[in-house]
Amino acid sequence: MSDTVIKIENLSKEYRLGTINHGTLYRDLQSWSARIRGKEDPNSKIASAGFKVQIGSFMALDDISFEVKQGDVLGIVGRNGAGKSTLLKIISRVTMPTRGEVKIKGRVASLLEVGTGFHPELTGRENIYLNGAILGMTKKEIGRKFDEIVDFAEIENFIDTPVKRYSSGMYVRLAFAVAANLEPEILIIDEVLAVGDAQFQKKCLGKMEQVSTKQGRTVLFVSHNMAMITSLCTSAVLLDSGKLRVRGNTSDVVLSYYTQYSGSPASFDFRSSNKFIGDDHAMLISGSVVDSEGNVANEFDIRNPVTITMRYRVTRPDHYRFIPNFHFYAPDGTCAFISGPQEVTTESGEFEAVCTIPGNYLNDGTYFVGLALSSMETGVKAHFYEQNALSFNVKDPIDNVPTRNGYAGPIPGMIRPKLDWKIRGVA
Amino acid sequence: MQEQWTTTIRPVSGWLNINLAELWRYRDLIALFVRRDFVASYKQTILGPLWFLIQPLFSTVVFTVIFGNIAKIPTDGLPPMLFYMAGIVSWNYFSSCMTNTANTFVANAGIFGKVYFPRLTVPVSVIIINLATFAIQFVLFLCILFYFTLKGAPVHISPWILLTPLLLLQMGILGLGIGIMVSSLTTKYRDLTFLVGFGTQLWMYATPIVYPMSQIPEKWRWLFALNPMAAVVETFRYAFLGVGVISTDVLAFSFGMTLLIFCIGVILFSRTEKTFMDTV
Repeated sequence: MSDTVIKIENLSKEYRLGTINHGTLYRDLQSWSARIRGKEDPNSKIASAGFKVQIGSFMALDDISFEVKQGDVLGIVGRNGAGKSTLLKIISRVTMPTRGEVKIKGRVASLLEVGTGFHPELTGRENIYLNGAILGMTKKEIGRKFDEIVDFAEIENFIDTPVKRYSSGMYVRLAFAVAANLEPEILIIDEVLAVGDAQFQKKCLGKMEQVSTKQGRTVLFVSHNMAMITSLCTSAVLLDSGKLRVRGNTSDVVLSYYTQYSGSPASFDFRSSNKFIGDDHAMLISGSVVDSEGNVANEFDIRNPVTITMRYRVTRPDHYRFIPNFHFYAPDGTCAFISGPQEVTTESGEFEAVCTIPGNYLNDGTYFVGLALSSMETGVKAHFYEQNALSFNVKDPIDNVPTRNGYAGPIPGMIRPKLDWKIRGVA
Repeated sequence: MQEQWTTTIRPVSGWLNINLAELWRYRDLIALFVRRDFVASYKQTILGPLWFLIQPLFSTVVFTVIFGNIAKIPTDGLPPMLFYMAGIVSWNYFSSCMTNTANTFVANAGIFGKVYFPRLTVPVSVIIINLATFAIQFVLFLCILFYFTLKGAPVHISPWILLTPLLLLQMGILGLGIGIMVSSLTTKYRDLTFLVGFGTQLWMYATPIVYPMSQIPEKWRWLFALNPMAAVVETFRYAFLGVGVISTDVLAFSFGMTLLIFCIGVILFSRTEKTFMDTV
């Protein structure tokens, strides 16, 4: 027996575009009788124009194949409309595929959206049973898990209160607790962790990890939060307009998600693309991420410096004092830091601004760089600001990294600078 | 090597995809749905489950005044109260089986769109709830029957009473059959929701509830054979009160029609449940 628990083969899902029917029986009958008598369909929108328009169809999923192994935490990423939800809907049997098939070993449970399947008038206790049964458990199984669920959701005191009196946080906690403690072989989570306080989120993440590593269960996790995907998932798939783009380890997928979708390369040049970013006074020309040898790169060893360069032209200085500045963002959209020079320029002409981040300064992970040119005259003015213009990935080889000092686990934080430290005996 | 897959998801094929074993596996869910709807409908009401009794009593009184006292429609020599109550209790059971399952897909679109469980659990649980409601109302009917018997009303319980479980089953599956048929069609045609509301009322008047079958001229009786509920209500009344026009042929015919409607309903339902998320 192999340990593949989900096998997806040539899966496609097609939706017909436009109105499937006229929505009322009367109109359908009208169209039908017109067709019988060989007349124009009175309800056809294009009939009057004298030509026919093909009813369009839209592939929500287009020939997707991949496998998921037992114990995997698979991140599913992609832009809105990429087909993530359709994929989950098919796996959780809510809708049918048009072609292809999915084979599943074990029970699938989805973490429901807040309150779906909860009845507001029923108490927490009754809702645990109801929700568990909706997810496919028997009463006996729920009874066995009951205390664990209540304990996990932290609602002991409210267990016999109708859930309509619950706070939204309590709702989510209860919903997650039921799904996560059900012990399905495959757990589907579609971006619900965004709700609930930070402490509970942490608890959920811990639970997910425990579920996958200790109990060998498989988790499918859809999120737009790349930081969460990176920290939770063992592997990931990237979907783009219904097609499977990348299947691989999480950091590769996350990076291609960003480079593909935000158009964040390691370098760009607007002179070749006739793109104009700027205003009356200045414009952006090009930008790149380069290594210490001056080569454009998007992967860096955590110990090596990263250099960002930006070319721009000042066309009308008008006594402005121009300050280029770079904005560094983490994948989840948090600003890591902003940096600018200690000097200003006031003349017109073409300039190149270069900023070097020393090695042993950034943490590992992906960074996005926004390129901007501001000026200080009467108040701050931004002449251009190109968000996520560049991106690069910092890799941590773990061995021989001075900021690790032998520790091998994940190190949180936006940056991980090597600072001046002194330790001395004092007694 | 042959691998053991628990589930294979494929495009829809075939007409009938009802998996009864799976429905049985989800019996706890059915029980919980029943409990939920029973409890939820009377939470935060003062009279609670008493409403189950008030509603048929009230209808009976209204019918007695309007059809008995004002319109003076004969009731086969029975006390009007008793006559109407027998009809109302059985009709209520049937019509609520029908109307409460008729919106299965539209009303549950939210949860059906999120999680899979056999969709039939919902209408089946509705039938069970209605059966329970009927049981309560039936006890009320028996009390009234007892009261009138003590007062010397010309009532005789007939051996047909043994058919009661079958009659209940028939009303249940007829209501379920039409209900799930309508619920499948309403995913495409919302018009039907309106039709169900007043269609049920029309149907009630086409069924011998407020009048006895004996009032219908012989030459028109065949028309009533086409209404499966006519035979059921008339038999129910004959079983408990001993009056009515019944025949085994008509009853058998109505049972056959019920089965046919039920099968069509189940087929439509099983076709719809696979794809309705894309059309609803």
